[in-house]
Amino acid sequence: MNKIRFSGAVNYIFLSVIVSFFIAPVIWLFVTPFSSSPSLSISLGTPTLSNFSSVFKDPAAVYSFGNSIIIAVGVTLLTVICASLAAYIFSRYHFKGSNFLIFILILFSNIVSGTAAMVPLYMLNISLGLINSYLGVIFTIAGGGIPTSIFILKSFFDSIPKSYEEAALVDGSSYSQMLLHIFLPLSKKGIIVIATLSFISAWGNFLIPFILLSSQSTYPASVTIYNFYTEMGLPNIGLISAYALLYTLPVVIGYLVVNKVFGFSFYGGIKG
Amino acid sequence: MKSEFFNSKFGIIVIFLIPALTLIGIFLIFPAFWEFYLSMTNESLMGINAVHPQFIGISNFIDVLTDPYFYNSLVVTLIFVLESAIIGQAGLGMLLSLLTYHKKFFRTLVQVAAVLAWIIPDSVVAYLWIAFLDKNAGTFNNLLALIGLSRINWFYRYPLTTIVVFNIWRGTAFSMLMFSAAFDTIPPSYLEVADVMGVSWWRKLKDIIFPSLKGVFFADLILITLWTFNVFTPYLLTQGGPGTATEILPIYIYLNAFQNFKIGYGAAISVIVLLINLVLASFYFILSKEKEGTSL
Repeated sequence: MNKIRFSGAVNYIFLSVIVSFFIAPVIWLFVTPFSSSPSLSISLGTPTLSNFSSVFKDPAAVYSFGNSIIIAVGVTLLTVICASLAAYIFSRYHFKGSNFLIFILILFSNIVSGTAAMVPLYMLNISLGLINSYLGVIFTIAGGGIPTSIFILKSFFDSIPKSYEEAALVDGSSYSQMLLHIFLPLSKKGIIVIATLSFISAWGNFLIPFILLSSQSTYPASVTIYNFYTEMGLPNIGLISAYALLYTLPVVIGYLVVNKVFGFSFYGGIKG
Repeated sequence: MKSEFFNSKFGIIVIFLIPALTLIGIFLIFPAFWEFYLSMTNESLMGINAVHPQFIGISNFIDVLTDPYFYNSLVVTLIFVLESAIIGQAGLGMLLSLLTYHKKFFRTLVQVAAVLAWIIPDSVVAYLWIAFLDKNAGTFNNLLALIGLSRINWFYRYPLTTIVVFNIWRGTAFSMLMFSAAFDTIPPSYLEVADVMGVSWWRKLKDIIFPSLKGVFFADLILITLWTFNVFTPYLLTQGGPGTATEILPIYIYLNAFQNFKIGYGAAISVIVLLINLVLASFYFILSKEKEGTSL
């Protein structure tokens, strides 16, 4: 009995240490933006919102936020359109090797997209005339994420009974009407999940815009924050912390949405 | 005629697949193959070779394989992957899901904390850690000073250990979520019977928990190994330094291709990284089949 209580106590102490380990570096992000004397240590001073107003007065901070929105919305639209069309085919027409094809594509998107392919992706965007443009960044990020989105959406489509579409076909609907009026409305959750996930992954992506964009006015917030703390002569900690918090919020909200719709399980596929 | 094609089975398959397959083909599949070609040229971003790259066969690979900096990167990467992903993330993730088994409050608490570390964007977490570990003002050194220990410049004194710990912090959530979900599928009665029989903790782990987790276990290891092998985030913390202490392969590729402008050389390193990734993925795949857990 004593032994059990003792190991229980050790257990809880260990878990508390681990929770502190995860939380400790993050506390700063939620305190410093409201501090009147922002520094690298955690101190609130008198609470203020002036750090946020300095964000809105900084032109680079403001247009980078806009650039992030352009890139993330572009990737999201492109992903949802391409993935829902393709997921429909993969769900309803099991041609030979279609599952294997999806498996290979997901393997590719985990191994090739990002760092291992940064060199050819850069050269490709030069050849296509897409270097230093939002479009190049959008295509590159979307291309890497679409296989996973197809995979997720396919599992939603798979659960829609065949009789629905048979009835629609008898009524003379075209395939595109069927996708639009049956599959998409019935898979609303799936669409929300892949839209949120592709938005989050594009929003947070650092490497792709970092190598493909070369003029400051096109940088998204991810690159601008990095430049803030590496290139500013004397970093403005109040500005950086407030900006970092504003930039983080959409990700936290998006995550809560996915979590509410589906729990954690799907999040894994697209991260990384 | 036109509308017939649009509403024929074959027509619809082609039309619906074209947008996705075009994007994937151009921006995912093609770059992988082009990389092999680029790795055999002296393509550069500067100078004469930028305009007229030449085919130089395998000489980039010979250069890479005789470059001591490459081996430094390879060793740093292997340590980084082994310590931060396989031991750190998978180990801690497994431990945490075991310790919080049937403890709803603690499980939620740990998950929320770990997931927060996992989802905050790269450039923000990098700065959070720079602030957290700052020698003079950082929270961690403040705590050390509070209990009478001396302040340490972690990024200079223990650079590799620092990014290993950072990456454990960053990525444990994924493994914990995977293992926790898998644990919940084990019927509680199995463990209850084992308890009644007085089976030891280790035996429960070995004979009940691990066999049911096998598929998840290998899926988790495959993913976190590949992700960690290809992660670029440490660049935001250390830029590979001090010296080459944290120069993992993705950083080494970036520095060669984009700071030294040696595109062909960078591509050759990337090809080697791709091949290592492929070998690792197949290795796990075969292992998961051999242990007859077929769920991968």
